[in-house]
Amino acid sequence: MSGIWLALVGGIVFFLGYKYYSKFIAEKIYRLDPNYKTPAHQYRDGVDFVPTNKFVLWGHHFTSVAGAAPIVGPAIAVYWGWLPALVWVLLGTVFAAGVHDFGTLVLSVRNKGQSVGTLASKLIGQRAKILFLFIILLLVLMVNAVFAWVIANLFISFPASVLSVFIQIPLAVWIGYNVYKKKGNMLLPSIIALAVMYLAAIIATYVPALQIDLVSYFGGEGATTLFGLNATSMAFLVWIIVLMVYVYIASTLPVWKLLQPRDYINSHQLVVGLGLLYLGLLFTNPEVTAPVTNPSANDVSWFPLLFITVACGAISGFHGLVSSGTSSKQLDKETDARFVGYLGSIGEGALALIAIIAVVTFFPTAGEFTATYSSFTASSGSGLNVFIQGASQLAAGLGIPATVAATIVSVIVVSFAATTLDSSVRLMRYIISELGAEYKVTPLTKMHVATTVAVVSSAALTLIPQGPKGFGSGGYLLWPLFGTSNQLLAGISLLLISIWLKRLGRNYLPTIIPMIFVMFMTLYAMIDQVFTQWAPWVEGSDWMLFTFGAIILIFTFWILLTAFSAIMSNKDGKIEKSA
Amino acid sequence: MNEKKFSLKRLIEWYDEVLSLPHKTEVARELRDEDDLFLLLVYSDMLGIPNPAFYYTLELYPFIIEKFHDWHLRMGMEKSPLDGIRCC
Repeated sequence: MSGIWLALVGGIVFFLGYKYYSKFIAEKIYRLDPNYKTPAHQYRDGVDFVPTNKFVLWGHHFTSVAGAAPIVGPAIAVYWGWLPALVWVLLGTVFAAGVHDFGTLVLSVRNKGQSVGTLASKLIGQRAKILFLFIILLLVLMVNAVFAWVIANLFISFPASVLSVFIQIPLAVWIGYNVYKKKGNMLLPSIIALAVMYLAAIIATYVPALQIDLVSYFGGEGATTLFGLNATSMAFLVWIIVLMVYVYIASTLPVWKLLQPRDYINSHQLVVGLGLLYLGLLFTNPEVTAPVTNPSANDVSWFPLLFITVACGAISGFHGLVSSGTSSKQLDKETDARFVGYLGSIGEGALALIAIIAVVTFFPTAGEFTATYSSFTASSGSGLNVFIQGASQLAAGLGIPATVAATIVSVIVVSFAATTLDSSVRLMRYIISELGAEYKVTPLTKMHVATTVAVVSSAALTLIPQGPKGFGSGGYLLWPLFGTSNQLLAGISLLLISIWLKRLGRNYLPTIIPMIFVMFMTLYAMIDQVFTQWAPWVEGSDWMLFTFGAIILIFTFWILLTAFSAIMSNKDGKIEKSA
Repeated sequence: MNEKKFSLKRLIEWYDEVLSLPHKTEVARELRDEDDLFLLLVYSDMLGIPNPAFYYTLELYPFIIEKFHDWHLRMGMEKSPLDGIRCC
């Protein structure tokens, strides 16, 4: 079967979801009002609250939520065959992610553009806000650790990509300066920057001297280096230290100096990446060689682990932070929320869909697929590298040499991951400061103390898990924890929307059903992992994963109990009720 | 935008606007912070911080008085902190 069929089925499901289901949600459930005065108009200040054209806002919302996560998750989840991953991505996007992203946007718009954290304290109580902050803190900690590993892993596997990624930093600083001081336009300089990056990628692919291959510098895979570490472990250690020093600087600088111009260049990469993959798919018309369901996947059951392996791309709590953090303050008309929120999540679903297609069409035979995806651990470790090779195979259909395409795709994925890492470390710094202020631990409110805590804890978490290549190579083991915290956040946001709908006397089934599904699957998966795989009394236990898993579980049960008592007490809170 | 005729130029304009939206916000915030500091300097003498150039800053009042209300709200003061200026 051709991979185009998968894209076509996905496209039709997304289209129907947007056309009919989101319309039903907009009209019957959220009851959008074109005359409602949105926060962008109510509190218009020219900075945060600015009414923005819905197409522009959709584009911005999409580029903010799309990143490396909807690629990594599906690339691992095809371990159980392409069908389970595909079905979860499609149905998850239509019935869970769309409703969630759209709902958090509307909820925030109806409540002065406040964030989901603040809304949690209004709807459930002050304690919920603190619990919510802790869950977000855990989520960003996992994001930092996982994405630092993703970048280090790609730098080691695709050393030709390093030069381009580092060239981007001075280019971004130059663009940021140019725009801020000289009020110049960013479009042309950023396209030039992108061209320079890709040129560097092409040259580095053919000139080994420009490939920063640390494993070779340290004497090749078998060599032993300082502290008795092997060359790969040493390479991981060096890259993770370099990345952490970089994110420290990036997250303490004003955003316009480095982060925003980098995001600007990376947004082009999102367009380039999606264009390369979907056009490549059309031109190469590849066969799906991976099995529909993988009968040899016996070590870990797809139920319920699939639902936390594919987090972004099916549903993601992080989107609620974007919806309620920035998009809600810029929505021109309330009716635009459907376009911005629901269609934004469909954009992310489309990215996850092409990630699945790139992986399942990469292998020449089903046997080779099963050999690479031999166990869940093997899939977690090599899924992303397979995606890059699969994606470069698709891009090769456009006449780009496969080796160059592999470098460019790895540059794109590293850039996505770096953007996520930058924002996530900054977010973690803010949360640490907020918790410091809440609990009166004054040193934590200082920028450099909070950033140091964020960076050191993230680096430690990246380095501690032991992978097959030794120290530092096991960051992928954290993926289920990342998926869990992300899904829990989504579940809690859906719960908030449901409480809001219930208090308005509306039908809250479209939000409570995905909430129960996501919460049940996530808790089931987490309890299963914590008590049967990571617990100290089990063979092959892992104290770190066990501790983090247990903490996440405790927080979740706590917030669920608090929410349950809030629903039962039926307190009205200070919530906007106008319909 | 959706009401106007589609063209490549409009597409590029839309694309540029999408990508520069967050940047515009940050630059506006940075400029507002600079303005806030400037306003603090101008009002410093009235707030009890000696300013040798106070006399000359009076000339600026007509230009900044309109920003005063938003400024004191942003600085966390619900009512005007200055007796001489009663904006709310």
